[in-house]
Amino acid sequence: MKINDAVVGAIIAVLGIVILVHVQGYPTIPGQKYGPALFPGIAAAGFVICGCLLVFRGMRERRAGGRWVAMGAWARSPQHVGNFAAIVAALVFYIVAAETLGFLITSTLLLVGLFLKFGVRLALAAPVALVAAITAHLLFYKLMRVPLPWGVLEPFAW
Amino acid sequence: MADLATAFGLVFQPYVLGVILGSAVFGLFVGAIPGLTATMATALLVPVTFFMPPVPAIAAIVTATAMAIFAGDIPGALMRIPGTPASAAYVDEAYAMTRKGQSEVALGAGLVFSVIGGIFGTIVLVTCAPWLADFAIRFSSFEYFWLVVLGLTCAVFITVDSPLKGIVSLLLGLLISAVGLDNPAGHPRFTFGAVELLGSVGLIPMMIGMFAVSEILRFAVTIEGRAERFAQQVGNVLRGMWTLTRRYPGPIMRGSVVGTAIGALPGAGADIAAWISYAMSKKFSKEPEKFGTGHVEGIIESGASNNSALAGAWIPALVFGIPGDSITAIVIGVLYLKNIIPGPMIFVNDVANVYAIFIVFFLANLLMIPLGLLAIRGARQILRLRRDLLMPIILLFCIVGAFAINNTVFAVGVILVFGVFGWLMEENGYPVAPAILGVILGTMLEEHFVTSMIKADGNLLGFFERPIAAVLGVVTLLVWLWPVARLAWSRARA
Repeated sequence: MKINDAVVGAIIAVLGIVILVHVQGYPTIPGQKYGPALFPGIAAAGFVICGCLLVFRGMRERRAGGRWVAMGAWARSPQHVGNFAAIVAALVFYIVAAETLGFLITSTLLLVGLFLKFGVRLALAAPVALVAAITAHLLFYKLMRVPLPWGVLEPFAW
Repeated sequence: MADLATAFGLVFQPYVLGVILGSAVFGLFVGAIPGLTATMATALLVPVTFFMPPVPAIAAIVTATAMAIFAGDIPGALMRIPGTPASAAYVDEAYAMTRKGQSEVALGAGLVFSVIGGIFGTIVLVTCAPWLADFAIRFSSFEYFWLVVLGLTCAVFITVDSPLKGIVSLLLGLLISAVGLDNPAGHPRFTFGAVELLGSVGLIPMMIGMFAVSEILRFAVTIEGRAERFAQQVGNVLRGMWTLTRRYPGPIMRGSVVGTAIGALPGAGADIAAWISYAMSKKFSKEPEKFGTGHVEGIIESGASNNSALAGAWIPALVFGIPGDSITAIVIGVLYLKNIIPGPMIFVNDVANVYAIFIVFFLANLLMIPLGLLAIRGARQILRLRRDLLMPIILLFCIVGAFAINNTVFAVGVILVFGVFGWLMEENGYPVAPAILGVILGTMLEEHFVTSMIKADGNLLGFFERPIAAVLGVVTLLVWLWPVARLAWSRARA
């Protein structure tokens, strides 16, 4: 997905201005010239300058016939768009579900979903997902003592 | 001497040797599979090393990356797909050799000259780092401030065709580094009231997002039907390597020196070293017309170069805490977690650990020959591995790995955001390295600036009052003014 420089530039410049306004509210340190607003302020000012330069460059490109946003060839293939969305959805699903469903169930479901989306047969996807989830659990929960959530499986925790 | 003995004792333990062997296999595997990079290997290793003592933790990263950079050559030669970006420079050359029936020579050269380059880089690291540290021990916040500025400048100018995009990437990194309480004033910045953000974004989850999740996203939009373009069975790859070593001593040396130097420059690592060395090899070759038709000379030089860059990157990382590439950027994070603070004092307080790191570097490079041979033998099996099964499993390990650092689901959100971000940046030609450097060095930059200003009572000229600081400052300003001067010069002549 190629975004025209002008679009990126405008976003960056506005972000820079917002940050500049925001850091004005930071306190100063008595007896010192340079407070916590200085560094983010400099970076934000840099954003404004770079943003303007990018807008300038993007407009030139646009006049030469460029597009605002040029999607890659994959964007015309519903399968690939779906793949991309599936990865994002998988992560969101984990964030939302892990605490209640527990690690084992969440990750098994997550893997089965992604495998199926990538065209793996269910007969292969289900066992691989289960083995992978259990392996990850053994490795991190048992061996490295990471407190992965049990969720609804709490009564069976081991 | 006693420290050296201690260091040997730290490394030659069954546990540490086991970790080295395991991470070597892991590194070969990750490197040989297209779409998985050496940096990704490091990011995925961190959560595991989190629970290890310092020496095995560092050993795992050193070994895995060295192996991965070599192993990237394998699918390059056999399938014309670079296993890691560091092999991209000469992938066409290697594949052309395979088509001529010389895949043994291409793979053998990749292996043997990777080892030579890696050992050369290690020797430079071992000799230069303590010497530099001896010099740097007198540095104060003024000198460090300039070093950091110089490092950041370097990251912007060396990596990209468009310095503007490099600067944007750097500024983004600096802003991210400002998040949280960790600033000289102790004032919470950009936390939006979120408790999780008080302690800053979290370097490791961010790296996992930028270097691993973004690769998985890239995979998701490029899945094709599996292409089985497979070369013939590979025979004895070591045959003829001695002849090549004697025929091309110059390119081997040049590749190793250039690779180490580029590795040591902040922001540029093995992949850029390989590109530059390949171009240099062609330029200085007696037979430049043969390049591109399956000629081994360029592979020798850039193969030595990318592995020597790995060790080179550790020089500024250990001596100044300024990472030489994205791998050492992660390593610095790990060192802090292990309470080993990079800087010249590391060569005084942690000598045994430093020696242990050096020993591991030698060991990893020597181990590359037998294990590399096995990997080449097993290439057919490794490359047949289904990526549609592998990628989701890697995603799961990204999730668990990020979670393991602080035991919060917040980290999973971080890998998602930075995964998408890293992917978008790469798609639009914004280099990721300056952003990472900005995040790591931003805090240091601000700290050294504020400390210096307290010492100099707010007088900016204080940055030029000590001799070394003045030299560093002038060099930095010259680097900045150079493009402007060149433009003015060409205008004046026209």
